[in-house]
Amino acid sequence: MKILVAVKEVAALDEDFELRDDGRDVDEDFLLYDLNEWDDFSLEEAMRIKEESDVEVEVVVVSVGPDRIEDSLRKCLAKGADRAIRVWDDSMEGSDSITIGRVLAAVAKKEQPNMIFAGVQSSDEANASTGISLANKLGWPHAAVVAGLQYQANDSKAIISRELEGGLSQEVEIICPAVLTIQLGINTPRYASLRGIKQAAKIEIEELSASDLGMTEQEVGTNSAKSNIRRMYVPVKGMAEIIEGTPAEQAAKLIEIIKKFKGE
Amino acid sequence: MKTILVITEHRRNELRPISLELITAAQDLRQAGDDKVVVAIIGQQADAYISELSLQGVDEIVTVKTDSTEFDPDVYEATVSALIENQQPSVVLLPHSIDSLGYAATLVENSNYGFSTDVFQVEYDGDDLVATRAGYNQKVNVEVDFPNKDVVILTVRPGVYKPIEESATPVITHQEPVSVESRSRNIQFVEMASDGDVDITTSEFMMSIGRGIADEDNVEQFRELAEMLDATLGCSRPIADAGWLPKSRQVGQSGKVVGACKLYLAMGISGSIQHMAGMKHVPTIIAVNTDPNASIFTIAKYGIIGDIFEIEEELRDLLG
Repeated sequence: MKILVAVKEVAALDEDFELRDDGRDVDEDFLLYDLNEWDDFSLEEAMRIKEESDVEVEVVVVSVGPDRIEDSLRKCLAKGADRAIRVWDDSMEGSDSITIGRVLAAVAKKEQPNMIFAGVQSSDEANASTGISLANKLGWPHAAVVAGLQYQANDSKAIISRELEGGLSQEVEIICPAVLTIQLGINTPRYASLRGIKQAAKIEIEELSASDLGMTEQEVGTNSAKSNIRRMYVPVKGMAEIIEGTPAEQAAKLIEIIKKFKGE
Repeated sequence: MKTILVITEHRRNELRPISLELITAAQDLRQAGDDKVVVAIIGQQADAYISELSLQGVDEIVTVKTDSTEFDPDVYEATVSALIENQQPSVVLLPHSIDSLGYAATLVENSNYGFSTDVFQVEYDGDDLVATRAGYNQKVNVEVDFPNKDVVILTVRPGVYKPIEESATPVITHQEPVSVESRSRNIQFVEMASDGDVDITTSEFMMSIGRGIADEDNVEQFRELAEMLDATLGCSRPIADAGWLPKSRQVGQSGKVVGACKLYLAMGISGSIQHMAGMKHVPTIIAVNTDPNASIFTIAKYGIIGDIFEIEEELRDLLG
């Protein structure tokens, strides 16, 4: 039994950042990379199924990206994933979430997993569409924003809890294998142990290119993009009046505002 | 002439507010007098929402009476795909909602379709459709266009467009449901447990804590501070997910909208779009955060760029 977990290395902005000269993205020098927060939860969910199972469960993480994303894949291996696959070649630069979904589907066809997890969204782009695009390409049942899962290895059905708006959730039965996008808070992700980190360093990360997956240059990168970035800009900040001064002065001003609100 | 197709959303016999907001967004995209706004309702009880959606500027309402009453990703995928075939729209507007997240990406297999999600501004620049969304965790805005795409599918952020109030009498049509094999089944809806805790939706003065409090051991001192201030203690998602405060105290999209709140003190909350959905309407928001770029400062009336622990200590001293 195999669970495929699709992960992404996301970029956060440095406190002071600059845009690229063409104005269509942030200058790479100001980006800080880390594993997407949602992916900690989907990996943990896979690990939980693995550890609770009587049959052997292999957890395979897969990600699309250049060399640097090895750090994020190693982090997953350190937390207990059995294997890691990195898909990349230069033609993939600029691939959007729909294309990444197709690439991941091609990996899934090769790997033949029994279950696939992806994060609901990534913290940087937040398209919230990669996992469902992957499901669509595979033709698998799918559900988004799963905040609870009752499923054991090789079950033919799972009971999921979809987290809806306004504190409501919905229990749904879904046929497996399926692609589920996993929401924050579904579990408590573990930290990697020192031993895990050491062991992960020894595991070779498997590499695949677009052509290894039978995909042409026309099918990936900006060639297949569903939209085109015109420009990126820093939004005009709101009207927040910044309270200056020492913490004592700031706190005093805060009390003043609160008292005024209370009509004191 | 072009058609703008709006896909509405309903749940448990109620139309979701975003459905009306999408109609306004569609209206804004009209350029020529013969441009058409078509509003689709999918579901067994589709007819029930016709009058509510008969708003000025809606040219046609098309109902598709499927077998299911509630959202089903397979039914919506097949039905919306068929609607696109039949209506040949230039733009399709969907809610950026939990339901849409479950199927929107399945609609865009066709290479002539453009796609973008969570857009909060859509307009034409000449003949080019331009949508604006956020990037890098809401720190920047990104303008996208859709060169050589015949149909553009967009999910629109809730709470941005104001519903139109004037009613009208659009043409009502019906589309035959598509036969689909559903692979998931609704069991039941579950309301968040209130666990006898406070109801944050009725509080006028909230103090909410976020990731900035860093450790569960620090929750207690902020609980005390909230009491000293006579404020209701709330939190952002990470605090509830970690179990440091009950889910019933979570403000935001998946938590509660603090409808009665008039003063909101955000301590160590960066301001995710989901959190802000629950409190951005509050007239006076005060945010304390170490990160001057935190998005919470874009909606706050007052901001303190600083350490919540220092401010907390000073507030305690002052409140004695």
